[in-house]
Amino acid sequence: MKQLALLLRTVSAWVITLLVVFPLIWLVLTAFKTELQAIRVPPELFFTPTLESFREVNTRSDYLLHAKNSVLTSVLSTLVGLAIAAPAAYSMAFFRTRRTRDILMWMLSTKMMPAVGALVPVYVMAQTAGLLDSLTALTVVFTLSNLPIMVWMLYSGFKDIPPDILEAARMDGAGVWGEFVHVIRPLATGTLASTALLCLVLSWNEAFWSLNLSSAKAGTLATLIASYSSPEGLFWAKLSAASLLAIAPIVVVGWFSQKQLVQGLTFGAVK
Amino acid sequence: MSFLQLQGVEKRFGALRAIQGIDLAIEKGEFVVFVGPSGCGKSTLLRMIAGLTEIDGGSLQLDGRDITRLPSSKRDLAMVFQSYALYPHMSVFDNMSFALRLASVDKAIIREKVQRAAEILNLVPYLQRTPKELSGGQRQRVAIGRAIVRAPKVFLFDEPLSNLDAALRGQTRVEIAKLHRELGATTIYVTHDQVEAMTLADRVVVLRDGAIEQVGSPLELYDRPANQFVAQFIGTPQMNVVDTVDLPALRGMAGGAAAGDGFIGVRPEHVLVRPAGSGRMDGQVELIESLGADTLVHARVTQGARSVQLVARQNARTLLQPGDPVGLDVVPGAFHLFNREGRAVASASAR
Repeated sequence: MKQLALLLRTVSAWVITLLVVFPLIWLVLTAFKTELQAIRVPPELFFTPTLESFREVNTRSDYLLHAKNSVLTSVLSTLVGLAIAAPAAYSMAFFRTRRTRDILMWMLSTKMMPAVGALVPVYVMAQTAGLLDSLTALTVVFTLSNLPIMVWMLYSGFKDIPPDILEAARMDGAGVWGEFVHVIRPLATGTLASTALLCLVLSWNEAFWSLNLSSAKAGTLATLIASYSSPEGLFWAKLSAASLLAIAPIVVVGWFSQKQLVQGLTFGAVK
Repeated sequence: MSFLQLQGVEKRFGALRAIQGIDLAIEKGEFVVFVGPSGCGKSTLLRMIAGLTEIDGGSLQLDGRDITRLPSSKRDLAMVFQSYALYPHMSVFDNMSFALRLASVDKAIIREKVQRAAEILNLVPYLQRTPKELSGGQRQRVAIGRAIVRAPKVFLFDEPLSNLDAALRGQTRVEIAKLHRELGATTIYVTHDQVEAMTLADRVVVLRDGAIEQVGSPLELYDRPANQFVAQFIGTPQMNVVDTVDLPALRGMAGGAAAGDGFIGVRPEHVLVRPAGSGRMDGQVELIESLGADTLVHARVTQGARSVQLVARQNARTLLQPGDPVGLDVVPGAFHLFNREGRAVASASAR
């Protein structure tokens, strides 16, 4: 009986996994087809792969520029976000007041509003500041939209550090920076890493603001993909190739850091 | 100006004055113990001296320097925490050398100092282990070692033995006493255990509700308590304190000094158990506690409508049983007299 249950569980796990991964597999397959092969019904599973779509994507639009923009905005927004979120989380974790929980809830609540609600004011502000289609605007917006999550994650991680240890560090002569470098960073490495990774991933995949605030110069890879759904119709093969090129870097990063990502996302729920 | 001087030190939590205008002078090399019931403010006071809690009023001077507003890192004090607060990600060696490394002390000097401290505390075989690989007693010693290595002006101990089992507590207490003799460092030690206070202290500060009840050497506090609270806090079993109204016979024995209204105190070892009928008071045994070296006799003395329980301590075993009649007497002159407010008015000690 147990064998049957185990078998059922294994089979359903595989089925669910395949369902989830299927779009990605299809994407990879389509990227290596020609346009004609891509739109064929019934779809071809066996074909000779070609790099034709990739070549066209690269000549038609500047992949490297968009990639560079994605990398810059993601990395910068992560770094700036950490620089702001870490002290905030420190203060909330170790100098708690009656209002701390309320502030955290409020921060999180800002994520519950659809981004489109803030579109007009943000657009107008970017335009007034002359920052439309600039990396600055994108970085600022990415940082701000990821801050609530970063503060929350870091707060949860810092909370687990016994305050006694920080007091001991203080008695031993450490200033606030010393506390951070010698005690908090080593003890909260997992949380810091997973927070940074999450912010990286979220910024990389951020499409809404990228599309609305940038066009030619500051376009990220998200913009690149979107540019392939044109009024002429959908060029499946090129779209797939562009998408694959866009997600490849972040999938690789995520693959190598899955342990930290999972750890951070479960908020250290199991000690 | 003494080595460590507290003047009018205060701490307020909203409207509550948790620590009320404390004045205290501590000499160099002294071992001072802060003792008192839970919530009396002893830990808060220690933390204020350490700089971990802000001082709301008054001043704190160390070796001529005003350190009232200085951050902990600059006060040249070392603290041993109740929970040890060791750095879990560092080895014992790194734990003990942390402060020196922060101060950029030469590596060779660090190694020498840590080695010396480790030898004193029998930690040499554990220098490369991490805290989770150590027992409670060993962690305790690392915490002490971390403080010793810094050779601070004052050592602060915050109930360091509370987390140890009884046997280890006794052992470590002796080690701390020996350490103080060897190093001669000024120490402030907080505990709720009066045995630790009595055995370790040069002077004891008894605190209650944020104020000092009495300061003195352990035996001074034992023989001449300034008030009823100190009298009953110091000494196990507790001093017998009787309302003068309840036991006129006792008042008679205490003599003229106890003529007024108030309380009379007698330590259990000064209550003498005699065969029934031959003591100045008659009582009935309620309970016998045989501790091995000591025997405690709990007896109830009834005079008229009132009855009072007295505890007598003797080092001879007894054949008495609960319910037996017994005679009680008091060593002449061993009375502590308190007025209605609890202040000592006169205390005649047998010593």
